[in-house]
Amino acid sequence: MQKRDWLIFLAVAVFLAIFPFIAARISAISHYIDIMVFAGIFSIVSLGLCMLMGYAGQVSMAQAAFFGIGAYTSGILTSHFHWHPLPAIPIGCLLSAAVAWLVGVPALRLKGHYLAMATLGFGEIVHIVLNQEVEWTGGPSGLVDIPSLKILGVRISSEEAWYYIVWTAALCTLIFCFNVLRSRVGRALRAIHEEETAADAMGVPTARFKLQVFVLSAVLAAIAGSFYTHYVTFLNPGTFDLMWSIRFVLMVMLGGVQSLWGAVLGTVLLTFIGNEWLRVFADFDILVYGAILLLVALFLPDGLVSIFPKGRSASGNV
Amino acid sequence: MSAESPISAAVDGQAGPPLLELKDVQMMFGGVMALRGVNHRVIAGRINSVIGPNGAGKTTLFNCISGLLKPTEGGVYLDGERIDGLPPHRIAQMGVSRTFQHVALFKHMTVLENVMVGRHPRTRSGFLAAGFRFPGMRREEGLIREEALSHLEFVGMGDLADIPAGSLPLGKQKILEIARALATGPKLVLLDEPAGGLNMKETEELGELIQRVCGKGVTVLLVEHDMNLVMDISHHILVLYFGEPLTEGPPSEVKANPAVIRAYLGESLTDPPAASSK
Ligand SMILES: Nc1ncnc2c1ncn2[C@@H]1O[C@H](COP(=O)(O)OP(=O)(O)OP(=O)(O)O)[C@@H](O)[C@H]1O
Ligand SMILES: [Mg+2]
Repeated sequence: MQKRDWLIFLAVAVFLAIFPFIAARISAISHYIDIMVFAGIFSIVSLGLCMLMGYAGQVSMAQAAFFGIGAYTSGILTSHFHWHPLPAIPIGCLLSAAVAWLVGVPALRLKGHYLAMATLGFGEIVHIVLNQEVEWTGGPSGLVDIPSLKILGVRISSEEAWYYIVWTAALCTLIFCFNVLRSRVGRALRAIHEEETAADAMGVPTARFKLQVFVLSAVLAAIAGSFYTHYVTFLNPGTFDLMWSIRFVLMVMLGGVQSLWGAVLGTVLLTFIGNEWLRVFADFDILVYGAILLLVALFLPDGLVSIFPKGRSASGNV
Repeated sequence: MSAESPISAAVDGQAGPPLLELKDVQMMFGGVMALRGVNHRVIAGRINSVIGPNGAGKTTLFNCISGLLKPTEGGVYLDGERIDGLPPHRIAQMGVSRTFQHVALFKHMTVLENVMVGRHPRTRSGFLAAGFRFPGMRREEGLIREEALSHLEFVGMGDLADIPAGSLPLGKQKILEIARALATGPKLVLLDEPAGGLNMKETEELGELIQRVCGKGVTVLLVEHDMNLVMDISHHILVLYFGEPLTEGPPSEVKANPAVIRAYLGESLTDPPAASSK
């Protein structure tokens, strides 16, 4: 990260650290802590998706499915098999990575947007499986009896504790992504995004890099899914359908596809929009999201971060 | 340096195995035969040029060598190893790099970063090493930066390192492409019309640069329309005409060849083979 990013990081970290104290004292927004837990979880998903969309130039319409693979792996292992929650998390990551690899290999070998189509179909399959495999997933009526998270024997149950865990994880993910982008790998990704043919001729294995970013995004989504499982302790296939995948894409676009900060900002805003500010439109959410998408595309093609003063170096506003 | 230099005299006897060998390379686009069976050997250590009128198939030949196209027929051999059909990044890894006739820089990246991308095939840090900033990755990153800078200085652009590549004037962009290509550590570099869009002074400097590249031991294959430049610096010239070699030899011979003169005056030698006559 560059100096400017560290300053933003510090400011954001301080704000996040004191936010629960403020929210707890104002009853009108005391439930914001709960919403922020979700926003933190979703941020981990959208950071991965931002890497894929903004830097590998590919769109995935199945992030909710990878989120679901992580969530249900954790849910099933801890409820049916009574695993401890922590070892279940890497299993979900591995499974998600393996599946992403299988979907990505054929789709990313071709230039163009085949990944969007492939993931559209794949996401639908996951949704069907979650609904149909009643014995394992509980089907449409949901998966219950999921224990809450335990770390070093301590049960994490308060909203505040979750808030701090989730946002620590999100900020660590953010730093990880920043580091990747400011490296040989990040340069290769940006090169692919700008001039794929030239990148290839300069020795960058373009298909492999796109695949790796896709797998990374799937792993991050799975980690977030595991957090989600143990926070809500109840899973229902509805959270893992196409609509949610679109929401993740929208979070990234709202903030600005080429900005990791934008991904977090877009996620927080859209989570509040969906859970709080525009709740009255719940039955029309597809219209609301469609309208947001349209407005962003028309007036803010570079997302909300583009309205902030640019400390943008030529090295890209990562 | 001219054609009569000792180097060209020494190597013109086709001594030693070729660095690059094209065996009956054909390229067909739908019904259009862009290359109609090109046989050619590129000898290491010198400046080899390919000339020919517009549409002769020069760029197509470069694309076949660098892996952007797979020849419809025939084979491309680098140091005796067959490379046609391999993906471009593998061929780059094996030591063939190139520039593009239509500049293909990473415009939003800095001049230095463009060259740093060129170090890709000679370095290895991956996602995890980068994400967690392992010590090995940090050391490598420092090296990449240093090496990239030295390549920039080699082409005389060290002072432009931090500006976006897209904001350079065209002449500088062409030179930057050469620096980026050299950064991959090539044995053979393909330059596709590097003088296109350059003024006279720049073209002269380019000629010197290409000679210095060759002096470093990098074999050059040059496509260029600027005949003064080509005749000045080439050791060996291949003339392509409608996808076929017309003749080849040292500049003095090629320059004097009546068939070449006619081809360049736009006169049909025999009737140029019609596009779909095969
Ligand atoms: N991708 C392609 N699809 C179809 N035809 C092509 C393609 N690339 C090249 N051609 C055709 O192949 C022939 C050779 O083109 P090429 O670009 O190799 O010529 P060139 O010698 O580089 O010409 P110039 O000096 O104008 O750059 C032309 O007739 C061109 O139209
Ligand atoms: Mg050409």
